[in-house]
Amino acid sequence: MTAEARLGQVANYVDERTGAAAWMKKNLQKVFPDHWSFLLGEVALYSFIILLLSGTFLTFWFDPSQREVIYEGSYAPLEGIKMSAAYASTLHISFEVRGGLLMRQIHHWAALIFMAAIVAHLMRVFFTGAFRKPREGNWIIGVGLLTLGIVEGFLGYSLPDDLLSGTGIRIAEAIIQAIPVVGSYLAYFAFGGAFPGEAFIPRIYTVHVLLLPGAFLALITAHLMLVWYQKHTQYPGPGRTEKNVVGYPLMPVYMAKAGGFFFIVFGVIAFLSAVASINPIWLYGPYTPGQISAGSQPDWYMGWLDGLVRMAPPLESHYFGYTVSWNILIPGLIVPGILFTGMALYPFIESWITGDKREHHLLDRPRNAPNRTALGAMSITFMIVALINGGNDLIATHFDLSINQIMWGTRFGIFILPPIAFVVTKRLCLSLQRADRELVLHGRETGRLLRLPHGEFVEVHEPISPEKAYLLTSHEQAPALELPEVDGRGVKRAGAIRNKIRSRMSVAHSEAIPKVSADDLKEIEH
Amino acid sequence: MSNEIEAIKDPGLPAHVHRKADHDPVAAKRAERQVAILFGISALGTLLLIFSYSFIPDDVFIFIPVMGEQNAHQLGLGLGMAISLFFIGMGAIHWAKTLMPDQEVIAHRHEFRSPDSDRKEFVQAVKDGAGAAGLGRRSLIKRSLGAALGLSALSPILLLRDLGPLPGNELEKTTWKAGTHLVTDPGNRRIKASDLEVGAVAQVLPEIEDPEHRHLSDIAKDAVLLIRLRPDEFNLDADRLAMTHEGIIAFSKICSHMGCAVALYEQQTKHLLCPCHQSTFDVTRAAKVIFGPAARPLPQLDITVDGEGYLVARNPFSEPVGPSFWERDSR
Repeated sequence: MTAEARLGQVANYVDERTGAAAWMKKNLQKVFPDHWSFLLGEVALYSFIILLLSGTFLTFWFDPSQREVIYEGSYAPLEGIKMSAAYASTLHISFEVRGGLLMRQIHHWAALIFMAAIVAHLMRVFFTGAFRKPREGNWIIGVGLLTLGIVEGFLGYSLPDDLLSGTGIRIAEAIIQAIPVVGSYLAYFAFGGAFPGEAFIPRIYTVHVLLLPGAFLALITAHLMLVWYQKHTQYPGPGRTEKNVVGYPLMPVYMAKAGGFFFIVFGVIAFLSAVASINPIWLYGPYTPGQISAGSQPDWYMGWLDGLVRMAPPLESHYFGYTVSWNILIPGLIVPGILFTGMALYPFIESWITGDKREHHLLDRPRNAPNRTALGAMSITFMIVALINGGNDLIATHFDLSINQIMWGTRFGIFILPPIAFVVTKRLCLSLQRADRELVLHGRETGRLLRLPHGEFVEVHEPISPEKAYLLTSHEQAPALELPEVDGRGVKRAGAIRNKIRSRMSVAHSEAIPKVSADDLKEIEH
Repeated sequence: MSNEIEAIKDPGLPAHVHRKADHDPVAAKRAERQVAILFGISALGTLLLIFSYSFIPDDVFIFIPVMGEQNAHQLGLGLGMAISLFFIGMGAIHWAKTLMPDQEVIAHRHEFRSPDSDRKEFVQAVKDGAGAAGLGRRSLIKRSLGAALGLSALSPILLLRDLGPLPGNELEKTTWKAGTHLVTDPGNRRIKASDLEVGAVAQVLPEIEDPEHRHLSDIAKDAVLLIRLRPDEFNLDADRLAMTHEGIIAFSKICSHMGCAVALYEQQTKHLLCPCHQSTFDVTRAAKVIFGPAARPLPQLDITVDGEGYLVARNPFSEPVGPSFWERDSR
């Protein structure tokens, strides 16, 4: 019997017991568009699976306890030193369990790549406008996954209870303690008493291996089901419309590609873990609150937060015998809160500005949405400035700079550079639109020079293909909203200020270089 | 919108270009062999993993150009695993790209919005349901339900109460008392002023009965840094100067910003730097904050010597050590 026939029998067996034939038939032929940028979310998904596998391996030996033990393992420099069982068991995994160090490194590398893939995927979705109706809900789930990922990563690297991670926990405790009114109570509840106590690591272990992975599974499932049900977005181009999906069927092409890609991601992470050491906790020593190592750095996805905390001015208020630590609250809670709320609400903000309530399945080329692209560039600039300050000590030592100058540079830079990035990006987008217009109207430069009979030199232009011309002109250029501020009798209407703000933003949002129409082309021919 | 202007027409999907393997059996056979080779390399990777696991001891180091000395056991395991996984992926994707159909297909999309008649009925059903339950009329039920739900949310919060004790005034207290001896950390030996040269720094802890079982949570508040300067280098008022002893000044080592250990001392400038967020404190001016996010100086410990010349605390800390909290100023 051939393989096809055997598989056919399996399908038959399944259907006779579940009646799934109609549903399966439709979904096995489901079409997925192909583009490298659609792989970013897949990288995140596969890293998550790798995290589940490698994490489970680690739990077999890891002892999440802050009970004090004396180290007697094979790593000589720490022999006889007092440490927590959590740290000792992490050393055991690294030095005595064969493949344990590899798994620890795979787990850590996969976490870094998981977060990087989420951020890259988020940028792809943002810059192409994939979050627009009907996908606002999935955008919010994505922001939730990003937030949980940051928390999960932080808890994960806190578990080994080494000197570096203990310092991170100390900072987290200080942020909790800074919350007005209830801060010291919350800190005592979280730590089961005074910092560091013996309760925190067992508690975050449960959160890290059970609660948050459960939340991840639920959210990822919802995220994928929505992608499945709403069908994937696609890039614009000839033959691609709002009403269709052009791509490859799930079975067999997409199954083979996606399945193969899982192994490639796993292979690359395993390779990194084989050759690039990460978080060598044995070098840091066990945690004790009286010690610290210079150059203390969080993982990269926390670095921006640490950078904001570092650049905060030394503001603390004392009212009627109570203390409010603005130097912790603003960078540690208020600014991140505003940023993440703004990010979650962005689809609604944009649709309010444009007044566009239609479904969108064709992606935008970032240049064709200059305002959104500029806003994205502005946010990224903000984060990069914060991240740079998060590593200011390392930058200072590596590049022989003054740490004070870096700090002052970023203190001003965090306000000055993002708006500059906005303006520059917006101008760049409009210039690219202008270049597109040129290309469609006058064709591409061939590099061939012609000398005309009267001696003039000209470059020969060749018309571009109809496909390319369509791609460069198929986007929509919606006009700005015109909202009345006064009624028919010249009296200011209720909500005039709101309308004014909305109109202004709408004008900024719809700024564009007019795209080439068929009429323009005809005119040129004559 | 811009529909009045005629847009450039959609030329439709470009014509499909066939691959060599689609019509040439030799090319197809070659592609098949390539896929099999990729899967074969993966199998070799697994063999490398098994070999490294079983036969390479974990203390063998080999020299690899660029990377330097590497642990052969770890490297073999990792590379074996990487090769075994990566080439399964490469094989599968090469198979998909060369031998599986590469003709793009078109599926149709439908607007998610249901037909108006369905929507109407749906909205009506929701309204009818709400009406039948009396949601609009029976406000007593609505309000009491809301109150009950809100109250029931208190139970999980209440049940979490025993996560920890109440802080009380513990955050304000340290082990330091009047007359507590300063002992070295590590070592737990009493120290004399003469043990510390000018320019030297030492970490000390309060002497306790059982130093073998010192709690980390005590160290988190008790750690103190001693720095010895020449007495004329200080720029202190009389009260603060009286808290020093022969040029030895004692500060809490726990940063007043977020509680990290303030461990970097610059001997030239006499600045203390916290490696976490770079708050910088001037030792000569009672740890005044001269840079960074910390808002308060490090608390200073009042020290003197006992009859035998050992350093002791003359008074406990006069203010809470470590990061700020809401009730900090209240007592």
